[in-house]
Amino acid sequence: MTGLSFQQIFWQHFRKNYLALAGAGLVLCLFVVALLAPYLAPYDPNMINVKIILELPSSQHLFGTDELGRDVLSRMIYGSRISLFVGFVAVGIASLIGVFLGAISGYYGGWVDNLIMRGVDIMLTFPSFFLILAVIAFVGPSIWNIMVVIGVTGWMGICRLVRAQFLSLKEREFVVAARSQGAKDLRIIFRHLLPNAMAPVLVSASLGVAGAILLESALSFLGIGVQPPTPTWGNILTAGKDNIEIAWWLSLYPGLAIFLTVMGYNLLGEGIRDSLDPRLKI
Amino acid sequence: MMVPLLLGITLISFTVIHLAPGEPTGLATELNPRVTAEVRERLRVFYGLDKPLHEQYFRWLVRIVKLDFGRSFSPDRRLVIDKILERLPITVSLNVLSLLLIILIALPLGVLSATHQDTWLDRSTSLFVFIGFATPTFWAALLLMILFGVNLGWLPISGLRSLNFDSLTPFWQAVDLLKHIVLPVTLSALTSLAGLSRYMRSSMLEEIRQDYVTTARAKGLGERVVVYKHALRNALLPVITVLGLSLPALIGGSVIFESIFAINGMGKLFFDSVLSRDYPVVMGVLVMGAFLTLLGNLLADISYAWSDPRIRYD
Amino acid sequence: MNTLKMSIGMKLRSSVSLIIVLGLSLALVTLNGCSSKPGEGKAEKKATKVDLSPAYGGRLVEGSIGDASTLLPPLATDSASSGVAAFIYNGLLKFDKDLKLVGDLAESWEVSNDGLTITFHLRKGVKWHDGVELTSKDVMFSYQLMIDPKTPTAYSGDYLIVKKAEAPDKYTFRVYYAKPFAPALISWTLNILPAHLLQGKDVTKSPLARHPIGTGPYRFVSWRQGDRIILTYNPDYFEGRAYMGKYIFRVIPDQATMFLELKAGGVDMMGLTPLQYARQTDNAKFKRGYRKYRYLAFSYTYLGYNLLDPKFKDKRVRRALSYAIDKQEIIDGVLLGLGTIATGPYKPGTWAYNSNVKRYPYDPAKAKQLLGQAGWTDSDRDGILDRNGQPFKFTIITNQGNSLRAKTAQIIQRRLREIGIVVDIRPIEWAAFINEFIDKKKFEAVILGWTIGQDPDQYDIWHSSKTGIKELNFISYKNSEMDELLIKARETFDLEARKRYYYRFQEILAEDQPYTFLYVPESLPVVQARVQGIEPAPAGISYNFIKWYVPKGLQRTS
Repeated sequence: MTGLSFQQIFWQHFRKNYLALAGAGLVLCLFVVALLAPYLAPYDPNMINVKIILELPSSQHLFGTDELGRDVLSRMIYGSRISLFVGFVAVGIASLIGVFLGAISGYYGGWVDNLIMRGVDIMLTFPSFFLILAVIAFVGPSIWNIMVVIGVTGWMGICRLVRAQFLSLKEREFVVAARSQGAKDLRIIFRHLLPNAMAPVLVSASLGVAGAILLESALSFLGIGVQPPTPTWGNILTAGKDNIEIAWWLSLYPGLAIFLTVMGYNLLGEGIRDSLDPRLKI
Repeated sequence: MMVPLLLGITLISFTVIHLAPGEPTGLATELNPRVTAEVRERLRVFYGLDKPLHEQYFRWLVRIVKLDFGRSFSPDRRLVIDKILERLPITVSLNVLSLLLIILIALPLGVLSATHQDTWLDRSTSLFVFIGFATPTFWAALLLMILFGVNLGWLPISGLRSLNFDSLTPFWQAVDLLKHIVLPVTLSALTSLAGLSRYMRSSMLEEIRQDYVTTARAKGLGERVVVYKHALRNALLPVITVLGLSLPALIGGSVIFESIFAINGMGKLFFDSVLSRDYPVVMGVLVMGAFLTLLGNLLADISYAWSDPRIRYD
Repeated sequence: MNTLKMSIGMKLRSSVSLIIVLGLSLALVTLNGCSSKPGEGKAEKKATKVDLSPAYGGRLVEGSIGDASTLLPPLATDSASSGVAAFIYNGLLKFDKDLKLVGDLAESWEVSNDGLTITFHLRKGVKWHDGVELTSKDVMFSYQLMIDPKTPTAYSGDYLIVKKAEAPDKYTFRVYYAKPFAPALISWTLNILPAHLLQGKDVTKSPLARHPIGTGPYRFVSWRQGDRIILTYNPDYFEGRAYMGKYIFRVIPDQATMFLELKAGGVDMMGLTPLQYARQTDNAKFKRGYRKYRYLAFSYTYLGYNLLDPKFKDKRVRRALSYAIDKQEIIDGVLLGLGTIATGPYKPGTWAYNSNVKRYPYDPAKAKQLLGQAGWTDSDRDGILDRNGQPFKFTIITNQGNSLRAKTAQIIQRRLREIGIVVDIRPIEWAAFINEFIDKKKFEAVILGWTIGQDPDQYDIWHSSKTGIKELNFISYKNSEMDELLIKARETFDLEARKRYYYRFQEILAEDQPYTFLYVPESLPVVQARVQGIEPAPAGISYNFIKWYVPKGLQRTS
C-alpha cells in the first residue's frame, strides 16, 4: 500500500465498487435535474387546468397530470429541488450541531463531555419522530420549519462519531506536537483534528440526506409536510396515494424518484465508507 | 441514570408543547357561534391553563411521580394512564414482533453479506434491504392492501379484529389477530431491515479480519466453526446496542403504520393528541415512549452482558 | 340590545358538525342536515331472485376517519360523536325528512301567543335503555346541565337565555323567555339525558360518556377506542324496533384505506370524496355493489377578507376579486362538478334563500376595470398591480389538512395572478389557525366554511357587535342597516317578516362582498347495495335509519 496517497487508495477502492458508482451517478443526475429545472420542465409546475384532471401519460404530458390538471413531470422536476434542499439543509444543520458538540465533547472531556453525552442520551431516548410531529404541528409546516426540526433532532449520531474520532486523535503525535508548540485549542480543533475526523461525518451525512427525504414524505402523508402548491415528491406521492387505483402515474413516478434518490445516497455513503476503510478488504 | 434522563425528557417536551400557539380549549370552542367569551374563560380555568407555566409543569411532575398522568383534555376526560395502557400492548406487541422479524431476517442477511463480500449475493441482499428502506412506507402499504386485501382477498385490509371477532373461539380469535397483523408487521420489518443488516455486515467484516479468526483458521478449524462460533458471537455485541437504539425509530414509525392500517395504538393516540393539543396525553405518551426505550436499552445491556464473556455484572 | 346576546338559532347538531366542516375534511358523512336531489343508482335492483321484503337483523358498518370523543352529547364537539349519539338519544323535537320540526320525546307542544312560553307534553311510557321510565325530570335535568357553569359544554348559549324552566308534572315541561327568540324551538332538539344516572354526579367523570344509556333506537354494546363502536337495536323503542340488528361505527383514519375497505366489504357506508365519487366509482362492478347518493350539503365555503386591511376596505376591490375568481372552475376542479355556486350564507332552495341577489360571473376585464377605479394599476409594467408604489400582494390562510380548500386556494391564486395580484397560500394547523390568526385578526384573507343551520339567524357572524377578539365576525364587517335587520329577524316569529329581513340581508352581502362566496358542496354518501329502505329526502338519507333493512337472504352474520 505504500506509495499511494490517501485519495488514491480511496479512489482505487471506490472505482471498483459498482454499486457505489451507480449511487454516485444517481446523485449526480439528481443534482443536474434540480439545477436545470427551469430548462428541463416542459410546463410551469403550477399551471392549473381543471379540464385535464388526472389524465394518463401522453405525448403532451409524459408523466400525466395531477388532481388539478398540472403536469406531473414538471412538478417532479421542480420537486427535486425541494427534496434535495430539505435533505441538504436538514443534514447541514444536524452536522453543524453534531460536529460542534462532538468536537467540544471529545476535545475537552470531563464535565463538558459528560453534560453533552447526557444530552445525547436524552435525545436518543426520544422517539424523535414524535418530537418532529409535535413541533411541526405546533409551529406550522413551512419548508424551513421542517428542515430545522429534522436537523435539530438528528445530530446525535454525528456528535458521537466526531467525539469518538477526537478521543482517539487527540493523543496522536501531530496533535501533541501542535499543542506543545503553544497552539490554541480552537486552532488545534479546527486545523488539526476536524479535517481528520470529517470522513465518517461525510458518510453519515450522505445517509442522513436520504433519511430526511423519506421523513418529508412521511410528514406529507400525515398532512403536515411541505404544503401545496410547492411541489415535493412527498406531497405528489400523497396525492397519488389517494388516487392509487385510478392514477398510477401519480404515485409510481414520485415513488420511484424517492426510491432512486434514497438508494443513490445510501449506495454512495456505503461506498465511501468501505473505501475509506480499506482495511475491511482482506 | 434513568431518573435524570426522564427528567430531561419531560422538561424538554413540556416546554416545547406549551410554547406552541393554540390551546386545548381552542378545538372545542373556537368558531362556534354558541360559545361566548365567558364560556371560554370558564374552560380555561377548568383546565388549569390560567396558572403560570412552571407551576403547571411542577404540578404535573409531582403527579407523575405518583404515576398519575392526569386526565385527558379531550371531551371523554379519561385518565391518561388508562388511555395509554389500553393502547400500549398493541404498539408494544406489534413492535416486538416486527423487531423479532427484523432480527430473524437482518442478522442472517448481514452475516451472509459479510462472508460473501463483494459477490452477487452481497450485492443482491444490499439491493433488497435498500429497496425496503427506500420505499415510502405508506405507499408500499397501500399497494400491499390492494394486492392482498382487495384483489386476492387473502388478508384483511385494516384494523386488528374482524367484525365477528367477539363471537369467535379463542383459537380463531388468535388466527384472526394474526391475519390482521401480517401486513403491518411484515411491512414495518421490511422498511427497517436495512440499518441492522448493514450494521451486522460491517461488524461481521470487522471480526472476520481480526487476528484471532486468522489464528483459528490457521489452526485448521473449519470455516463454519470459525465464522459462526467465534466471529459471529463477537460481531453480535455491537449489534445488540444498535438494536436497543433502534427502538425509538420503531415506536415513532408506529404513527404511520397505525394511521394507514387503522390500528389504534400509541402512535395514533399521540398524533391525535398533538393535533388537538391534548397536553396530558402528549406528555404521557412521550414519557411512556422514552420509558420503553430505556427499558429496551436495559434489555440490550443485559443481553450484551450475557453474550460477552468479558462482561460480568456482580 | 339585550345583554344576553349569545347563541345563534342553529339546530344543535348542525352547529356541532360546523366544527368538523370547518376543521376537518368535508369527506366525512355528516349524517345530519342534508337535503334533497335523489341520487343516482337508486333505481337499480338486484337481478338475482332474492326476497327483498323487510327483515329484522343484519348489520351496517359505517366508516369514519375520526373516532367519537364522548357519547355524552353536551361534552362533544365533533360530528363523529354526535353522529353516534343520534342513534342512542332523543330530543324533545326532531326534524323530519322535509326538515320540519316534529315531536320526538314530546308528543305535542304549544307556543304561547306572545311567543314567550313553550310547553312540551312528553310521550308516556318511554323507557331508558335500563328500563327506568323517562319523565319531565330528565328534561329538566338536561336543561340544568346545559346551564350549569361546571359543565364544560360549548352549547350553553341557547339555554342561558331561557328566563325560567319548570316541570309542573311528570309529563310536562315548560320554558319562559324574556323576549321573543325565533330559534327557540329548534334549540329543543337537545338530547335528553337520564337524570337518574347523572343527577348530582360530576358529568365530566361519568361512566356514561363511555357507556351511554339513552332512549333511542339503538343501545350501546361496546366501544374499542380508536377502532369501533357497536350498537344493537332497542327492542322497546317507542317508534318500534329498528330493522337493522346492529350498527357498527368503524374508525379508519385514512380515506384511501377506507375506500379499499368499502370495496373489500369491511365497511358498508361512508362519505366519498368528489374524486372517488366522480372517478373511482363509475364502473359497472361498483354500481352493482353500492348505491351512491348526492345532495347539497348544509355548508358553504368562502373567501373572507379582513376589512381592517386597507387593501380590502374599498368595496370595488372586493367586487373585483369576486369577478376575477372563476367559481365554476373551482366547482369543476375541486368538487368535480359536485356542488353549486354559493351566493350568500344560505342553501339554495331553503326558505330564507334569496336567489335574486347580485352575482359575480367570471369577468377578468371587469375586475381590472374596477381595480383601476380603486387606484390599482400596473404603473411600473412589471405585471403586478400597484397603488402608490405598493404592489398588490396578499396571503390567503386556510386550515391545513383540508385538501378541498388547499386546491381551491391554488385555483384562486392562479386566477388572481392573471389580473396582476400576487397571492401566497399559507395552510395552518387548526388550533394555531384559530388562536393565532383568526382570533387575533392577523390575516389578510381566509378560506373557510360555515355550516348552514336550520334557522337562518346569522347574528353572531355578521352583527357589528360581534367583531371583538375571539368572536365570529372576525373579518370586522360593520353595517348599521344589517345590524338592525339581524336583530329584528331573530325577535319575531312571523315567517314572512323574517323572510323579508333575510332577503334584504343577502342583498346587502352581495353588494358589499365582504366574503367572496364560493360554493355549496354536495354530500356524497355511499351505501352497500344490500341495504334497502333508503329514501333520499331534503333531510338527506339517514333520517329514517330505523327503516333501513337488509333482506333475509342478504344478511351477513356477525
